[in-house]
Amino acid sequence: MSEKYISRSPAIAARLLGDEMMIMSATDSTLFSLNPVASCIWQAADGSTPLSEIVKSRVCAEFDVDPETAFRDAEEFVDRLAQHGILKVSNEPEPNAAAQGGTA
Amino acid sequence: MLEDRYRQFVARIREPGFRFDVTLAPPNPARADQDVRVAREGMRWRAERGDFTASWDATSGRGWIRQSMNPYSADTLLRIVHSIALAQTGGFLLHAASAVRNGRAFLFPGVSGAGKTTLSRLAPPDARLLTDEISYVTKHGAGYRACGTPFAGELARLGENISAPIAGLFFLEKSSHNQLTTMEPGVALRKLLRNILFLANDEDLVSRVFQAAMEFVCLVPVRSMQFTPDARAWGLVR
Repeated sequence: MSEKYISRSPAIAARLLGDEMMIMSATDSTLFSLNPVASCIWQAADGSTPLSEIVKSRVCAEFDVDPETAFRDAEEFVDRLAQHGILKVSNEPEPNAAAQGGTA
Repeated sequence: MLEDRYRQFVARIREPGFRFDVTLAPPNPARADQDVRVAREGMRWRAERGDFTASWDATSGRGWIRQSMNPYSADTLLRIVHSIALAQTGGFLLHAASAVRNGRAFLFPGVSGAGKTTLSRLAPPDARLLTDEISYVTKHGAGYRACGTPFAGELARLGENISAPIAGLFFLEKSSHNQLTTMEPGVALRKLLRNILFLANDEDLVSRVFQAAMEFVCLVPVRSMQFTPDARAWGLVR
């Protein structure tokens, strides 16, 4: 199984509101709100850390969830946001991924 | 025609933020049903609908309008130009009635039929109406101000040309009783964004409006207002 690397699309505006991450697509104005687990994945989406590592070191460390369920849920979440152009998914780390900025 | 329509909002300004040369032209029947389109082309904005075309420089604010002889084209263009200008400075136009009471402004957003005009008609003598249709929200220091607008709804009356700091926003809902309910910020943000007037298809401005709406729900108390259509409803507005 190949690794997935995720990064945040530049065509969005995102901000934490309470414990919800609110994200708006700048291309079609669709608004998304992420729960704390999804927010954790979103904030770790730096384009260079494999999704499996994000789940292991961030999600499983911060939330009471087993790794298998967490990874399955993470893949579904990532695919859904990728369909809306909110996340970019690649099989390879992004070049210059370390330079990616945080959310507003 | 325009001076008459916008009476108390007309003033002579030495250096206006925008200046348009207006050319009157007969309506084009081939474009009669064209919806409004607003987009940036390089450094210029272009707005068009069946009854008008306009273009202006994004930096200097200078441009032109070609329209038929009717007040609605200018009315729509004013809303477009102001919605873009406000987005640059953290403000927005909102589908909302608004009024000033005791020096503080209150906003009442809602879709058509939610009760904006009903509540405006019921306003007590000490409430000064800013609009019953489109509210003008500006960022001002660490807070927001609401300004009167000439954009009238069913009340068909211009708002007063005054402004005041915004003390609260109430999403209207007609009911059999009067009650205020605090809203979760996430819910408030969704509802607020649905009511912000935004006609431009531009990624940068979408992002700015989103940030402005986020700031607003963090700084201004937002509540749901269930109200009976009589004067007692204004007892909730304080």
